[in-house]
Amino acid sequence: MARKTIKVDYLARVEGEGALTVTIRDDRVTHAELRIFEPPRFFEAFLRGRAFSEAVDITSRICGICPVAYQMSSVHAMEDALGVKVAKPIRDLRRLLYCGEWIESHALHIYMLHAPDFLGYQGAIEMARDHAEIVKRGLDLKKTGNALMSLIGGREIHPINVRVGGFYKTPLKRELAVLNDSLKRARDQALETVRWVSGFDFPDCQRDYELVALSHPDEYPLNEGRIVSNRGLNIGASEYDAHFQEIHVAHSNALQSRTREGNAYLVGPLARFSLNFQRLTPLAQDAAKEAGLGPSCSNPYRSIVVRAVEVLYACDEALRIIAGYEEPDRPFEPAEPRAGVGFAATEAPRGLLYHRYRLDDDGTILEAQIVPPTSQNQATIEEDLTVFINDWIDLPDEALKHRCEQTVRNYDPCISCATHFLDLRVERG
Amino acid sequence: MAAMPKPKLAVWKFSSCDGCQLTLLDCEDELLAVAGAVEIAYFPEATRGVVKGPYDVSLVEGSITTAHDAERIRAVRKQSKAVITIGACATAGGIQALRNFADVAAFTAIVYARPDFISTLATSTPIAAHVPVDFELRGCPIDKRQLIEVLSAFLAGRQPVTPAHSTCVDCKLAGNVCVMVAHGTPCLGPVTHAGCGALCPTYNRGCYGCFGPMESPNAKSLSARLSALGMDERALSRVYRTFNAAAKPFADEAERHGA
Repeated sequence: MARKTIKVDYLARVEGEGALTVTIRDDRVTHAELRIFEPPRFFEAFLRGRAFSEAVDITSRICGICPVAYQMSSVHAMEDALGVKVAKPIRDLRRLLYCGEWIESHALHIYMLHAPDFLGYQGAIEMARDHAEIVKRGLDLKKTGNALMSLIGGREIHPINVRVGGFYKTPLKRELAVLNDSLKRARDQALETVRWVSGFDFPDCQRDYELVALSHPDEYPLNEGRIVSNRGLNIGASEYDAHFQEIHVAHSNALQSRTREGNAYLVGPLARFSLNFQRLTPLAQDAAKEAGLGPSCSNPYRSIVVRAVEVLYACDEALRIIAGYEEPDRPFEPAEPRAGVGFAATEAPRGLLYHRYRLDDDGTILEAQIVPPTSQNQATIEEDLTVFINDWIDLPDEALKHRCEQTVRNYDPCISCATHFLDLRVERG
Repeated sequence: MAAMPKPKLAVWKFSSCDGCQLTLLDCEDELLAVAGAVEIAYFPEATRGVVKGPYDVSLVEGSITTAHDAERIRAVRKQSKAVITIGACATAGGIQALRNFADVAAFTAIVYARPDFISTLATSTPIAAHVPVDFELRGCPIDKRQLIEVLSAFLAGRQPVTPAHSTCVDCKLAGNVCVMVAHGTPCLGPVTHAGCGALCPTYNRGCYGCFGPMESPNAKSLSARLSALGMDERALSRVYRTFNAAAKPFADEAERHGA
């Protein structure tokens, strides 16, 4: 039997190092394997013995692209364990900081990592030669997200201002107001982004995914909510382990998540959007409709449009929070150590991020469990490859390889989080 | 006369969080100018395009934690005129160097159900432990103004201006009131390499040393002060054991306090 192997040594435009093997027999994909060989860094091990107050700074180092997500899940889990409740302005500032990360991370993925796939460029720098104004718009949008993170967090990568109970220093109302002009410009740019990406050519690929995201009665989910699915799941973060499991497969340094029934599921923009469409602002809802999205979306190639809608929402929400912000009486609530277990799930740009900590009576971390979004999507990415690539099986190897890469990039995988290197091999036999 | 060919820039990743290479993409105002001044020849996080070496400047992020990476960094060195390491992982081993003080087999068993699937070295080491390095840029993460300065300096063939004095000097220049003197907040500023602009004290917080040790740190003296402020031995050992845990002055001081 004729057998062909196509090999790419490094999947580009993802965060981290992974490898991919797609096996094709008799013109059908029989097996797809996303191998993550980003070297392990053992966060859950070295968190043991550290003080509860240290997890926020340590876990942010899991990911330079979404440090705020790690900071938020860790402080919420610690506050759950220690019984700390924060005041509304602190809650608002956290949400505002998270909006900054969504804008920054999504703009990076839309303009620099994903759009070049649709327009036939190797990367954004190459794309800028033909589309300078578009790339500049993307960079300006990203800059606004970073400005928000820098003002509240101190810096955009590994912010220093977040602590259990609140912040070290909270901004004055007039300091936040300085961001209004750039956020209004960013909101216009986000709307232009939705229109721009909605005009891309999308393959007609849909699957009946099990979509999992937070859901909150009053707001599009960022920091808080129940974990829900389109299959009727509705649980608190403390019940996460009862419904989901992490499996260690031989080909990956990341643990793969599945439901307890053994099914792959999907977290991230598609899940959030489909489960929370009604909580988007009218502006974001209208833009989504104009872009051809229904109230749900199960075509992962259209995730770039959903991300753009979420950027629009995040700009709108940031402006709303700044307008209503009242300076808090104190920057943080004190947290007294006690023994206990704390759970939290928040919505990282790439999806649900779950943390669990068990603490000793002096606040020492006895156990830490961290489940990043990319681990949860890994099994779904493999299934997507097995199903969708069949439509393009007759393409020349180079084009097929590109389609495989694009299919992985739909998920904006953060392999550093999940643990890096995409080495793609297509085996035909 | 033909135009001079643009210098070729490569960006490499080893064990890391990707934050330091993201810093280059975070230079929103300068990125297109940088791309105009150099040929971005290898930067997989940003482009599929690959231009073969040799490279004029290689930026290296991350630490060495696998046998494969120990080989790979030699290959990077061979095809690079200048190697610049960026960030705490590449210059000191990073947070993952906490394994250097522990039993890696035990660490693996805590995180992974099947430790036999995992292949890793017992230590996380900086790039300079493996190959000669032309310049080390500190920080967890690096500072983008410093990154632009270092790139500009290498392109102009001059020394980068990145002072090795303590964060205290920058803190005074920033006009901050000393958080340790005025508020009794423990602060690593006196022993920490400058570069962040004294961010933490600016936010009413003590410095936590993410830029690593300054050129001549007196950690012993600082520890005496921190102890007087109420830090016990365990807290003292931990405060030096974070993102630059394996940098010698910090590793030694942590050990002095029983870590």
